[in-house]
Amino acid sequence: MDVLLYLIPIALVLGGAGLAAFLWTMKNNQYDDLDGAANRILLDDE
Amino acid sequence: MEATALPNDGTHRRSTALVCKHCGVPVSAGNAFCCAGCEAAYTASSDAGAPVLFSAAAEKNEQGNFQLELGVEGIHCASCIRLIENALVANDDITAARVNMSTERLSFAWQGPRARGDALAHQVQSLGYKLYDLSNKAAKAGTTDAEKELIKAIAVAGFAAGNLMLVSVGLWTSTAEAMGLATRELFHWLSALIALPTVAYSGRPFFRSAISVLRSGHTNMDVPISLAVILACGMSISETMRGGEHVYFDSAVMLLFFLLIGRYLDARAKGKARQSASTLLSKLAGTAAVFEDGALVRRPVKDLTGGMRVLVAAGENIPADGTIVKGESEIDLSLINGETMPAYAEVGTQVFAGTVNLTSSIELTVDKASSKSLLSEIVRMMEVAEQGAAKYVRLADRAASLYTPVVHAFGALTFLGWWLIMQAPWQVALLHSVTVLIITCPCALGLAVPVVQVLASGQLLKQGVLLKSGDALERIAGVDTIVFDKTGTLTLGKPELIGGEYNGEDLALAASLAVHSRHPLSKALVEKYAGDITHLEVQEHPGKGLSALVGGVEIKLGSRRWCGPVAGDDAPDLELWLARGDDTAVRFVFADKVRSDADHTIRQLHQLGLKTILLSGDRQATATKVARSLGIAEAIAEVTPTDKCSYLAGLKEKGKVVLMVGDGLNDAPALAAADASMSPSTAIDIAQNTADIVFQGEKLAPVLGTIRTARRSNKLVRQNFGLAIAYNIIAIPLAVAGYVTPLVAAAAMSGSSLLVILNAFRLKRKGGF
Repeated sequence: MDVLLYLIPIALVLGGAGLAAFLWTMKNNQYDDLDGAANRILLDDE
Repeated sequence: MEATALPNDGTHRRSTALVCKHCGVPVSAGNAFCCAGCEAAYTASSDAGAPVLFSAAAEKNEQGNFQLELGVEGIHCASCIRLIENALVANDDITAARVNMSTERLSFAWQGPRARGDALAHQVQSLGYKLYDLSNKAAKAGTTDAEKELIKAIAVAGFAAGNLMLVSVGLWTSTAEAMGLATRELFHWLSALIALPTVAYSGRPFFRSAISVLRSGHTNMDVPISLAVILACGMSISETMRGGEHVYFDSAVMLLFFLLIGRYLDARAKGKARQSASTLLSKLAGTAAVFEDGALVRRPVKDLTGGMRVLVAAGENIPADGTIVKGESEIDLSLINGETMPAYAEVGTQVFAGTVNLTSSIELTVDKASSKSLLSEIVRMMEVAEQGAAKYVRLADRAASLYTPVVHAFGALTFLGWWLIMQAPWQVALLHSVTVLIITCPCALGLAVPVVQVLASGQLLKQGVLLKSGDALERIAGVDTIVFDKTGTLTLGKPELIGGEYNGEDLALAASLAVHSRHPLSKALVEKYAGDITHLEVQEHPGKGLSALVGGVEIKLGSRRWCGPVAGDDAPDLELWLARGDDTAVRFVFADKVRSDADHTIRQLHQLGLKTILLSGDRQATATKVARSLGIAEAIAEVTPTDKCSYLAGLKEKGKVVLMVGDGLNDAPALAAADASMSPSTAIDIAQNTADIVFQGEKLAPVLGTIRTARRSNKLVRQNFGLAIAYNIIAIPLAVAGYVTPLVAAAAMSGSSLLVILNAFRLKRKGGF
């Protein structure tokens, strides 16, 4: 059972990192223009 | 006719044959444009009107530059984004320019004076994109802060629910003897550590709403939800502290997770509806060119007062009721009386706000302030009609008002039963009563309506049907009578060339003349003609027609009388005549065509058991003819807007549930008075704004499709309520009897939620009109 002592914290930290990353993208308005983002990849940078 | 120069920088209008004429993207041989969007924008760019003043709405941003956010119409593809952004960035004083394609917004910032914004906006307009002011705040926000908060709450709750499940599975699959009491306690504390902050954070939307309704002495769905979550946590903490066997942290968090998803979907559907409503509203606000001390300035329409002298260019809307003092033109009155043909107007003619000046610019003095115009009268009539319409109570709200007291009564009875009758210690009695509250928590109910609604509105959107209010589908499902307007609703509202005695050469010549006019018949003629246009010096004669000199011969295109020696009197048909010098004139015949699938759609509507009625401002003979050809039994014609409104009121009094489909200003009060309303997207702004649903395209099928989807989704919502009730009938006795362990609670809750979601998805499977 000792394995739980570091497995659980690892699981929490990894999940927490994902959560933090998601909240960061939210805060940066990265979901505001999904259609635009999908189309912009077709544009060449000039 | 004004010759509009295209003030582009020239980079994207290459003359090589194999690139799109609008955006310069290579196209296959034979095509002038890469896509329909470019073609539309290119066509629009040649009629970009006078610049409109937007800069009043500009705000200072953090860098101290002015920033302006505007709505853009007509963004179709990546090229549109690039065109607009590049055109703006090419200016040295632009500091930022960004197009948001999802919300159809453009925001840009510039250095220098506020007024510079108008010139910049005009650059975009001359590319062919229509801009409009986002005068109200609701239109501005794409994703509202409330929605963002919900997403964050969902993210946190989802993270916590996953990790709690990890711990809980261990607890469920093992016993205290196998895992040891210390490990179990560690797991309980760990659960508490994850769950408590999550509940405190993700539960806020529910707690806030529950507190505010309780303060006002009412109750809603959020009260039992908040109570269940808080009690579950409180009880679990006390169990953890006294080393008890069961904790319900995972149930509490999972509840929040599911309910938040439902809440978010609901907010999204409402937000979308609200956004499309307010976007339409902002398009209404316009400006007018006013003479002030000899100079022409643009003023907002709402600031116009009696006595002002206004210049209305060809193609512009007439901003206020007034009398023409200079110039002659033709006025499109279709908004007022539904007539397809424009009326001739000269000095002394009275014109009304909302009508369109077609052929040449006129000057008029304003008789009444815009707030007293005919248009405003109609708006006022609409407001009265709206107040009269009984407020609709949504199914979910009706369910909630029944649900809460029943569930709380069960909880209380369970506690009393175990404590007094079974003589159990109060902690045990409380435990059972709390599990009743947890397990009856309206997870399935909370998801039942929003999931169906989101799927239904998404499906309708794909067919070009835009829902403008959240409960529109529910109201439409109950409709038993449909009232149609004629012009623009059953018909397309614009004439089409259907015949005549002309040959290909005549058509080519006529189109070359007609291309210079905004008259509906001219437009119809050009639309029919696919070849090249010869460039001609064309003169427009309001009320008569167009003329040009070709090789010394005067060519005339216009009315029967004007085009000279033609036998016979005025025929009732819509027609144009083409005369070459003294030769006999040839005729082009037009008709306002009925939507191509109208009779099929009407027949299908009858099959659904719906009664159809035609209600038109047009002449009785015309209305009856159209009604008969479509199989509509009842045709009521020659009605004023007030009549339409009171006719609907009469129908409603007879107990009918009425759907009104209309497009004109004269329909607007009736649209407001009906139980549910639809408008084609070609309708005037006020009608679109009033209608619950706006549909696009040249077909009438969306009316049928919307009713079908509405009925099907209503059926699914009811089924979902049925499922939720059935689930409770099984779950409540178990909980009351004390058989519900955390495992049972988790399985039952997620099971019922999944069932409801899967049931909702059946809407998608049988989709399509």
